[in-house]
Amino acid sequence: MDFTEEQLQRYSRHIILPEVGGKGQKKISNAKVFIIGAGGLGCPVGYYLSAAGVGTIALIDNDNVELSNLQRQIAHSMKTLGMNKADSVKKTFEALNSDVNVIAIKDRINNKNILDLIKNYDIIVDGSDNFPTRYLINDACVMLKKPLVSGAILRFEGQVTTILPGEGPCYRCLFEDPPPPGLVPSCQEAGVLGVLPGVIGALQATEVLKLILGKGKPLIGQLLVYDALETNFRKVKIPKNPDCAICGKNPKIKELSDYSQEYCTL
Amino acid sequence: MQDVNVDKKLNIKGVVCPYTLVKSKLAMEELKVGQILEILLDYPEAADSIPKAMLNYGHTVLKVEKINLTDWIIQVRKEVED
Repeated sequence: MDFTEEQLQRYSRHIILPEVGGKGQKKISNAKVFIIGAGGLGCPVGYYLSAAGVGTIALIDNDNVELSNLQRQIAHSMKTLGMNKADSVKKTFEALNSDVNVIAIKDRINNKNILDLIKNYDIIVDGSDNFPTRYLINDACVMLKKPLVSGAILRFEGQVTTILPGEGPCYRCLFEDPPPPGLVPSCQEAGVLGVLPGVIGALQATEVLKLILGKGKPLIGQLLVYDALETNFRKVKIPKNPDCAICGKNPKIKELSDYSQEYCTL
Repeated sequence: MQDVNVDKKLNIKGVVCPYTLVKSKLAMEELKVGQILEILLDYPEAADSIPKAMLNYGHTVLKVEKINLTDWIIQVRKEVED
C-alpha cells in the first residue's frame, strides 16, 4: 500500500489497529464528509476527522467568528476573529493535516442548495444550531439516501444519533415536526457548557469513522443522550415510523420546504 | 527447524518501534490467507513485540530466530483476512 513515510508515522496508531489497518486508513483517506455548521459541533468533528486523515471535508457556515464563540468552538482562535467560520476552520484543519482537502463554503444551507451541495459526499454531519436546518438536513439525506450523523447540544445535555436512510428511522420518525419557534431555547438564550460540544462532536466523529470503516455498531435507531451534570449516558430506542412523512411507505413530503421565514429570529 | 515456503520477505533493519509493527502489519495485509511473511529485523524489542502482535491479529508465528549478533528472522502465516 502506497503510504509515504510521513503518513506511516502520522497514521501508525490507526494502521496497527486490526479494525483499521492500512486498508481502513485508505478508506478514510478516500472518504468525503460534509459538515453543516463550523460551530460548537463542526469544530471538534472536523478537527478529529482531519487528524484521522479523511480525504475531503467540506464545511458550510455563513457566520463570522466572534469572541463569544471561543468558549467552545475550538477550531477558531483570536487570530481568526471576524473571519468567516468555514474559512477559519479550513486554516486550522490544514495546519493540522495537509493530507486533507478542506472545502470552505461561505453560505447558509437552504432548501434550494442543499441537494446539490451534499450529493457528492459519502457522509453528512449535522452540526447546525436550529430546528429548521435540522429537519431540512434530515429530509435531504433521506431523499438522497445519505448517511447522516446528527448531534445536538443545550446547557449540560447533548444527543447523538446516526441515520441510515432505508435501514433505520430518521429524525422525523422521532419528532414528526420541528417544535414551534420559541418553545425550545437556543444556546444563545439558555447557555451551553463549553466542553459539551467537544464530547458530542467527538462521538459524532467516532460514528463517521465507524461508517467509513464499516466496523462496529453505528447508533442506528438509537438516540444517545449525554447528561454532563450527572455524568450519564443513556440510549433511547427510536422506532421506525411506517407512516413517517419523509421516510415512510407513502411519504407526504415530496420536496424540501423552506422554514427559514418563521424561524428568522434564531 | 523445517524450512517453509516464504511468500514475501520484508527487511526492516534500522526501523524502530512502532514502525516495525506498522510495516509488518501492512505487509501481512497484502498476503492471502495461508501465505507466509518473513521479517528480517534488528530492533531487539520488536523481536518480542511483533510475534505477540501477530498472535493478537489471529495469525500463526512459525519462527522467531536470532540469526546473528544483531538480526532476527520472524516467520508468520496469515490466518485471517484483515
